[in-house]
Amino acid sequence: MKLASMGWNALGLLVFGLIAFPVFWMLSTSFKSGKDIISYTPTWIPLQPTLVHFHDAIHTPYFWTDAKNSLIVVTVVVALSMVLAFLAAVALAKFRFTARKGFIVLVILIQMLPANALIIPLYVVLARYHQTGQLTGVIATYMTFVLPFSIWTLRGFIIGIPRDLEEAAMVDGNTRIGAFLKILLPLVMPGLVATSVFAFIQAWNEFIFAYILLTDAQKQTLTVWLSGFYGTSRGTDWGALMAASTLTAIPVVAFFLFVQRRIAFGLTAGAVKG
Amino acid sequence: MSTNVDAAGAALPLRRRRLTRRSFIRFAAPYALIAPAIVVIAAILAYPLYYLVRLSLQRYGLFQLIAHKGSYVGLHNYGILLHDPVFWQTLLRTIIFTIVNVTLTIVLGTLVAILCVKVAKVVRLMIMSALVFAWAMPVVVAVQLWYWMTNYQNGVVNYILTKLGIGDFTQHDWYASPASALGVTTTLIVWGAIPFVAITVYAGLSQVPRDLVEAASVDGAGALRVFRDVTFPVLKPILLVLTSLSIIWDFAVFTQPFLLLQSRPNTDYYLMSIYLFEKSIGIHEYGLGSATALVMVLIMLMLSFFYVRQMVRLGDVR
Repeated sequence: MKLASMGWNALGLLVFGLIAFPVFWMLSTSFKSGKDIISYTPTWIPLQPTLVHFHDAIHTPYFWTDAKNSLIVVTVVVALSMVLAFLAAVALAKFRFTARKGFIVLVILIQMLPANALIIPLYVVLARYHQTGQLTGVIATYMTFVLPFSIWTLRGFIIGIPRDLEEAAMVDGNTRIGAFLKILLPLVMPGLVATSVFAFIQAWNEFIFAYILLTDAQKQTLTVWLSGFYGTSRGTDWGALMAASTLTAIPVVAFFLFVQRRIAFGLTAGAVKG
Repeated sequence: MSTNVDAAGAALPLRRRRLTRRSFIRFAAPYALIAPAIVVIAAILAYPLYYLVRLSLQRYGLFQLIAHKGSYVGLHNYGILLHDPVFWQTLLRTIIFTIVNVTLTIVLGTLVAILCVKVAKVVRLMIMSALVFAWAMPVVVAVQLWYWMTNYQNGVVNYILTKLGIGDFTQHDWYASPASALGVTTTLIVWGAIPFVAITVYAGLSQVPRDLVEAASVDGAGALRVFRDVTFPVLKPILLVLTSLSIIWDFAVFTQPFLLLQSRPNTDYYLMSIYLFEKSIGIHEYGLGSATALVMVLIMLMLSFFYVRQMVRLGDVR
């Protein structure tokens, strides 16, 4: 028995190592000296860590511009999506109406559409209004996947709120809207935060739309910037590339750690009872 | 009726109602709430989708893009597509790729989840943190990272495999053959997809009634038997959703193969999404591209049938 549990733990450590290694290797590389990076025999842990690659990465042309672009796109997309999605989610969660099922099917079906199928007509339509190469065009295309996702996730959070609480508030002499503002909104706040953070991550990580629409190096997002990163002219500067990758991942990882527990169940919540 | 403040939410039978002001508001409120979302969805999705169908029936190249006007060619684009041997080869390759990726993701993800139950608390915490970090990696970052680890000159993968005595991988080029290159793509995708599956299944495992497992063990059922008859039925709905989602994601996966294999324009490396990109944006043939996209959407709809059914069922009950 003792031996068996030791076996499981050993296997567990091996699995941990396999999953964690790539991330560890990214961090390790980004702090290593150039000599250690190109050597065939790898240095596992940089004993004399250097920040030179991070310095190189942020001084690569357009890093700051593209980081700013990413931030603008993501902020606008999240803000717009949250307002629209919240209203729609309340309708889905708190009312029964004739078109309800049709709307649910619509929201789910939209999420099936592959991005690079949609990009063709979007590209042609945006080209007509001279919005290719503009952040506004990218913002519009990002709404196509962030909005349905947000409606669906928020609906889950709103449904979770017990109806009794609302009723109690109304018995106390509040109107439906009053009850909504006093009771529902504070309760749904964590869900709203979690959903917007996840929408942020999705938009921040998006690549296809931005890559196809934004061809001007000064007007790209950080993921497109990173995809075209080669560093020095002598070949790929792996240290700077890994430092740049780390920088791109940091906001996502930080937010992710913050909400992952909540969302992990959001997508499949209730599946057990289904 | 107006005394029933909660009527709006309750299931009302659809019978003729007296149209008081209050009941009208109650009737109109949900529509007013979804209206803004509907308007935006119509503008950014319905119109482009309609346009996709229209484009697929047109010759629409670079010249037409500048003139903002295509010429109607009927089903000509579909004819070109279905007579293209590369399309059929790519479709077959993508189906195999999807089956391999989805199977590996679901099986390995489930095994990791089960392992998490078996190990000590510290080890579980370690695995969970690793899962979250792998999950949080942006796809473009993950691609650059794997590209670095597998590069033939000083990639750490070659070094480790050689040291472990699996073979001599010195200067081994993983991207030299389509099978090997798609293998690296699969590893990258599965590595990124396991966390979602493992964490979700782990959550599902906590819903398996413990006394049922114990009772089964006392009755002499082996570990496999317990899994098949007690654990699996509880996990089945979760696994169904996860599998359907994985099929949809892997069949249309673009960023990983596109960035990892982009220096290899050989059609032997194509997956459907790459084929679609090359046939539309790549060569500025938006009509042909739209036809390809529509065929792909149809295949996706067939593949996602079970997922949609399950989700609609969930959305309908509460």
